[in-house]
Amino acid sequence: MSVDTRPADAAPGRPSRQALSALLYRRGRLRLAGLLTAPAAWLILVYIAALSALLITALWTVDTFTGKVSTTWTLDNLIQVTTDPVYQTIALRTLRIAVLVTVVDMVLALPIAFFIAKVASPRWRGVLVVAILMPLWASYLVKAYAWRNVLAEGGLLEWLGINSPGYSEAAVVIALSYIWLPYMILPIHAGFERVPDSLLEASSDLGAKPLATLRLVILPILVPSIIAGTIFTFALTLGDYITAQIVGGTTQMLGTVVYANVGAANNLPLASAVALIPIAVIMAYLLIVRRTGALNNL
Amino acid sequence: MARTQSALPLLCLTTATLLALTACGTSNGSTEGQGSAPELTAQAEVGEGEGSLSILAWPGYVEDGTNDPAVDWVSSFEEETGCMVDFKPFGTSDEAVTLMRSGQYDVVSASGDASLRLIAGGDVEPVNVDLVESYEGIYPFLKDQLWNTVDGVNYGVPHGWGANVLMYRADQVTPAPTSWRSVFDDAEQNSGKVTAYDSPIYIADAAVYLMAHNPDLGITNPYALDADQLAAAVDLLKAQREHVGEYWSDVVKEVQSFASGSSVIGTTWQVGANIAQADGADVKTVLPEEGATGWSDTWMIGAESEHKNCAYKWLDHIASPEINAQVAEYFGESPATPAACELTQDASHCETYHSGDEEYASQIWYWTTPVADCIDGRTDVECTDYSEWTKAWTEIKG
Repeated sequence: MSVDTRPADAAPGRPSRQALSALLYRRGRLRLAGLLTAPAAWLILVYIAALSALLITALWTVDTFTGKVSTTWTLDNLIQVTTDPVYQTIALRTLRIAVLVTVVDMVLALPIAFFIAKVASPRWRGVLVVAILMPLWASYLVKAYAWRNVLAEGGLLEWLGINSPGYSEAAVVIALSYIWLPYMILPIHAGFERVPDSLLEASSDLGAKPLATLRLVILPILVPSIIAGTIFTFALTLGDYITAQIVGGTTQMLGTVVYANVGAANNLPLASAVALIPIAVIMAYLLIVRRTGALNNL
Repeated sequence: MARTQSALPLLCLTTATLLALTACGTSNGSTEGQGSAPELTAQAEVGEGEGSLSILAWPGYVEDGTNDPAVDWVSSFEEETGCMVDFKPFGTSDEAVTLMRSGQYDVVSASGDASLRLIAGGDVEPVNVDLVESYEGIYPFLKDQLWNTVDGVNYGVPHGWGANVLMYRADQVTPAPTSWRSVFDDAEQNSGKVTAYDSPIYIADAAVYLMAHNPDLGITNPYALDADQLAAAVDLLKAQREHVGEYWSDVVKEVQSFASGSSVIGTTWQVGANIAQADGADVKTVLPEEGATGWSDTWMIGAESEHKNCAYKWLDHIASPEINAQVAEYFGESPATPAACELTQDASHCETYHSGDEEYASQIWYWTTPVADCIDGRTDVECTDYSEWTKAWTEIKG
């Protein structure tokens, strides 16, 4: 820092603007603060403040007679949610559904994405990507109710001669797998696009069979994309409550418990406490997959 | 090291945010007083309408002809009073309580499981029934009941009432059921196709059944259950759950289940049976021998309402015989006013719905919010309140 690297004040026209840039140049911290203010404000207001409000609400109670939130501190809700076997059962069921949906989507999405990215002709590629996106243009509710009809007694499934699971946990997995599938296909498709064809040719030139190429060349490159897809399907399923109500029959998920406590029982504090479970689960999941570089693929 | 430094300002800001939020959250303790209604006074007179009225009500209670041109009792009200109606429907009593709490609505059609919560929360105010001309014509057995009058103070005008009856597919359930036994102890016979109402208040249905079949429990009112009685009802409902195919909270969805055969037996509202029958489904309803839970609605006025004159005019309008007849027929319920029975299009409507049939009405346990002070008069035990019922309901559904 012995040599003064400041540019000479060559343009006398706009002194104030120049003074500002000179100031920002000299004061690194000020520059950093200026850059970070907007995103940090966004993060704090929208995310951290909302989460904190949720946490604080979970520490309040509801007056049992009037149903109004009373702002006295208590850990009762958190204790109840973590120790009551009912909430453990529901949390585990929700987790199981989320994992199943993720696995089903992964198994379906891999060949579809592979076909679009590597097999289909360039002209068809665009058409197929639009076809994948198209269900996203329809309302979530319409899709869920469509499944209600498909799965109903004497519905489309039975009409086709397939044994319908009826309104059940299996029905929830089927409907959610359908609804979230595009969110799995798109990142995997993007991942396949990034695998250069020359790499596949080189692999086969070196004598690898297709399966070996898939296992040793494609999959390692693809893992971050697959994980990016699983974050979508997993997190979206954890928070879902609509499909469970429409095709779930008697199935309760964390989302339906939150919904029942906010909309029906008027117990916002307990709902907040329950809502913290999926947040904790998804944060743990993000921490685990952080190292794979999947987050860069979102 | 560099990492720690960059995280520090963020951490500080987070802490600051938390502190700020905490500061807002000091306890005020004003909601402690249980059971007594806040001091509010009723209007002394009805003046000129304020020009608008926002109504919170069950779907089907406020029709302006948009759903069916022939069904319209809002336009006449608007013409007569100049109060322009803004209508918001709700799906469950609990939703009604939450929405009413926002203070945005002038009047609400509250069922008995919501009304006490609204009164205790100070969300609705006493109603001076002398100002409502149509009040006099209403059935006496609907007036001054537990769910619309507290400490002798009247909180609203009774609307229609109905029972939560047992509906079954006549072509699939034989012999025809006469008892709630078919959805409790005998639910096995239709395992997987039983349906039940998805609300904590459904626990009262189990209590009605236990009241008749397990007298040792000593239940005398299904809304006044001590801890042991609640546990017995919960056990019964847990056993029932094995055979429940679907819990319903949306009557249209329930009708669809009955139409397709996914549900063949379970509790319903008469309006659900009417829709199903109109769609051609072979369903029948019965009021089982044990009696049933039911609902009786009350039109109430929001405490924070700025359109109280219009609100009184609405209460008078909706309870008048002509309008009451239309609403009761459209919704599928018993009218609150005997004079309405002469004015229904279907002359046998009041017979179908057992209007004024006090014996029928006496078999119905109208929805009432469960509270800690046992409403059956017991003073030696504490009863379970609605929040405990809600927790129990989550547990029952598992």
